[in-house]
Amino acid sequence: MGTRVGIIGVGQTHHASKRLDCSGVELIAEAVTRALDDAELSIDDIDAFIIGNMDHFENINYVDMWATDGLGSFMKPVLKVTTGGTTGTTVAASAFYHVASGLFDVVMGVGWEKNSESDTQAAITTCSNPILERDAFAGAIGPLASEYSMYMKTYGATEEDAAIVAARDRNNALLNPYAHNRMKVTVQDVMNSPMLSYPIKLLDMCPRSDGSCAVIFASERAAKKLCPRPAWVHASVVRQDYTHFGDLEWEYMPTLERASAEAYKIAGITKPFREIDVAELYLPSSVTGVKWMDSLWLCERGGAPKLIRSGATHLDGEFPVNPSGGVIATNPIGATALIRVGEAAWQIMGRAVGRQIPNAKKALATGFGGCSWSSVMILGADLP
Amino acid sequence: MPFGTGENSSIEKQSEVRELGDWKDEVEEIVFPGKISVPYSWTVGSTLSKWYAQIRDDAEIWANKCAECGMVFVPPKIKCINCYRDMNEWVKLPGTGTVETFTVVSYYEPKIHPRKPPFVYAVIKMDGADTGLVHFIGGVKPEKVKVGMRVEPVFEKERQGNILDIRHFRPIA
Ligand SMILES: [Zn+2]
Repeated sequence: MGTRVGIIGVGQTHHASKRLDCSGVELIAEAVTRALDDAELSIDDIDAFIIGNMDHFENINYVDMWATDGLGSFMKPVLKVTTGGTTGTTVAASAFYHVASGLFDVVMGVGWEKNSESDTQAAITTCSNPILERDAFAGAIGPLASEYSMYMKTYGATEEDAAIVAARDRNNALLNPYAHNRMKVTVQDVMNSPMLSYPIKLLDMCPRSDGSCAVIFASERAAKKLCPRPAWVHASVVRQDYTHFGDLEWEYMPTLERASAEAYKIAGITKPFREIDVAELYLPSSVTGVKWMDSLWLCERGGAPKLIRSGATHLDGEFPVNPSGGVIATNPIGATALIRVGEAAWQIMGRAVGRQIPNAKKALATGFGGCSWSSVMILGADLP
Repeated sequence: MPFGTGENSSIEKQSEVRELGDWKDEVEEIVFPGKISVPYSWTVGSTLSKWYAQIRDDAEIWANKCAECGMVFVPPKIKCINCYRDMNEWVKLPGTGTVETFTVVSYYEPKIHPRKPPFVYAVIKMDGADTGLVHFIGGVKPEKVKVGMRVEPVFEKERQGNILDIRHFRPIA
């Protein structure tokens, strides 16, 4: 099973559509410095680094070399990982594996993206198979829209259900000083926003952001010494599936269903809705904030619309989702999933200022990307 | 320094997080425009070449079938997803199918969209196969497209051996 691992520090940048005040490397330095401050460590305390982004978004092929000064990794082991939208959770999983293996004591994971430096829609389209699907299935919005069309048809979910999620996350972002889009919106504002790809409207969709996040993982021995209240990693599970959009299941999310089931099992969770205190979920669009609730085992298949309408996932509900404002407020793609892990860790550590869920003891973080890949991380206040 | 101080920080520090505007104005924003545009081309490979040649030469859509689990894939797979077996058995499909889900694209991305909006694409469950094919729905007003609609392919007259040899799928009259 490996060594037990805890998160002992988190840092993130201020996120914005364009951070023209800093280069990509400076963006990385901003997150790294803040994570070190949060953990009360210096760069000398870090044994190894994992870094991730989407190469084609900035046309920087060797970020592990190019970012050395901002990352602080000179003469230390660095590993670059990139798995599309799940890059951030892959960074977290890789840092976790490094420490759990017993080979490293303190490892820093960094995710970053400077989306403003290229054409995000075009760059993201390069994720689809160029010979088969790229022409017909371009952009990030269409597949998500198609997914929800089918869910609405099968289970009677509505466009309003998605708008409730959009308004929830966007209003939560008002509490988060790092969030990119901080706007007060109503369900009606979401419904009235321009249609992008039926049934997804402008305010249902994530923005593209410049930003970075850094999370420090430590072995049980180091974590107990360095941090008064680490966020212990109880489970880290990744599932990936088919290669073509046409192959996918559209009524539920198989990778998330299986990854979360396995993670709950490892973490000893039998009733996730009751046992988990807060969730930071990678929801690229509000429509997934409805549909994927089923696949996280929070309700039966098709039960998500009722769950969402009940208010249970709001800040004061039984299962608060995305106190940070989530992905539709902030989306520096290579950092996005790592921000979920970092925000979940802060909830456990009691450091989510302004958006803290009181007495959070168990937190769920997810990553989404590629052709429907899912990663799940469960963090807890108690040793696993 | 526009960001962390290097000093120890904690909860109290975070509650004093500065607004982005506090320091952004102090930086002169110089941006260097890139000139590189990398032209790629992709090898179609043995499995998909066969599939595209059938579409190009005979206007027929074929699928391949796993001899072990019997699953029928369109577009064809190089190895079976379930069994990792070679996929040597080919079956001709009737070409007809059912719309499993769809979207109407309303936003304009001229560099990446091959059609002007509004256009419809769908996941089409092909008769005789176990998987869906992603393609356009045409010959019908976007607002008339429905999940469960029966469709058939419309082929281009001049075909090049690629996915756009199928112009779109249209409702079966
Ligand atoms: Zn098989």
